[in-house]
Amino acid sequence: MDRVPLERKVLSENDRVAAGLRSRFLECHLLCLNLISSPGAGKTSLLERTLEALPGSERVAVLTGDIQTDNDAKRLARFGFPVKQITTGGTCHLDARMIERALEGWRLHELDLLLIENVGNLVCPSSYDLGEAAKIVVLSVAEGEDKPLKYPAIFFKSELLILNKTDLLPHVPFDIARARQNARSVHPGMEILEVSCTTGAGIDSWMRWLERRRRGAPAPAPAPAG
Amino acid sequence: MHELSIANSILDTVRAEAEKRPGARVVKVGVRIGELSGVNPDALSFGFEVLVRGTDLEPLALEIESMPRRQRCPVCEQQFAVKDSSLVCPKCGELETIWVGGDELELAYLELEQQESPASGRQREDKTSDGCLREAEG
Repeated sequence: MDRVPLERKVLSENDRVAAGLRSRFLECHLLCLNLISSPGAGKTSLLERTLEALPGSERVAVLTGDIQTDNDAKRLARFGFPVKQITTGGTCHLDARMIERALEGWRLHELDLLLIENVGNLVCPSSYDLGEAAKIVVLSVAEGEDKPLKYPAIFFKSELLILNKTDLLPHVPFDIARARQNARSVHPGMEILEVSCTTGAGIDSWMRWLERRRRGAPAPAPAPAG
Repeated sequence: MHELSIANSILDTVRAEAEKRPGARVVKVGVRIGELSGVNPDALSFGFEVLVRGTDLEPLALEIESMPRRQRCPVCEQQFAVKDSSLVCPKCGELETIWVGGDELELAYLELEQQESPASGRQREDKTSDGCLREAEG
């Protein structure tokens, strides 16, 4: 019996495609963000609020993933920015190849911000790199405040936690201080914002975060002048 | 339930490696799965079994090494596996420790058996599936 060491990533093919996307995004000075949450936490509502708040001159595009239907793309298209639905037909996450295919025909150098709404799922999307600059996890106060402990992978890998539906706090037993503590016990130093996509509360802080992240997005070495 | 896709990726590698080694048969594949990888080892074993069953790869064993989250203490340099979600250094009590591992989703090794004839004569049936047919949440 021979043992042959392999020592490679299981998802090396996905990682290879994601690395290609990441370098294209960097070349185009494009910030790509990957939004992840369980179904119904408010990713699409957050995107609606975001697109609504952005001037029409902004160079922003959205890819939205779902198992079935193009309902989300329809909801988001009314803001006038390019939106494309990725229907996975059963698969519970987006992978880098799906992003690569969805971007065919788009001129990336004409975009500054690409928002990807992943399939509603706190588990599977955490394993697949899409070439994004950052993952953002959305958790609604209608869920349990122990979600960060139950699903540590996604809270660990996300740069920002958005606690959504804060307008419901008086009506639900959600302990927001405990939720913040749980998130930071998995991911010390994690940034956390509280918003309500229904009332608009906190959306300004999210837009400021986005603006700051866009300015601070890793950029390639400056091109020679001229 | 993306473990079926993960199992399929593992089998793609096994097939590719097997083709490079005529005369040998892959009998076991070893993987490392970190607790921060987002992959459930039981679901992965199940998906792997289902995909291997009835194919020319059978019998093929999967050995999963589960990797805990590991932290390093910047004060006393102790490296430790995290228990009960506590990142506090068990040796000196430092609160702010540094993450060093636990998100592995890696192929570690293959075990091969030399064969008389590379062709087993068994009919090859490729079972591939990129599906995770239900959501893990919700």
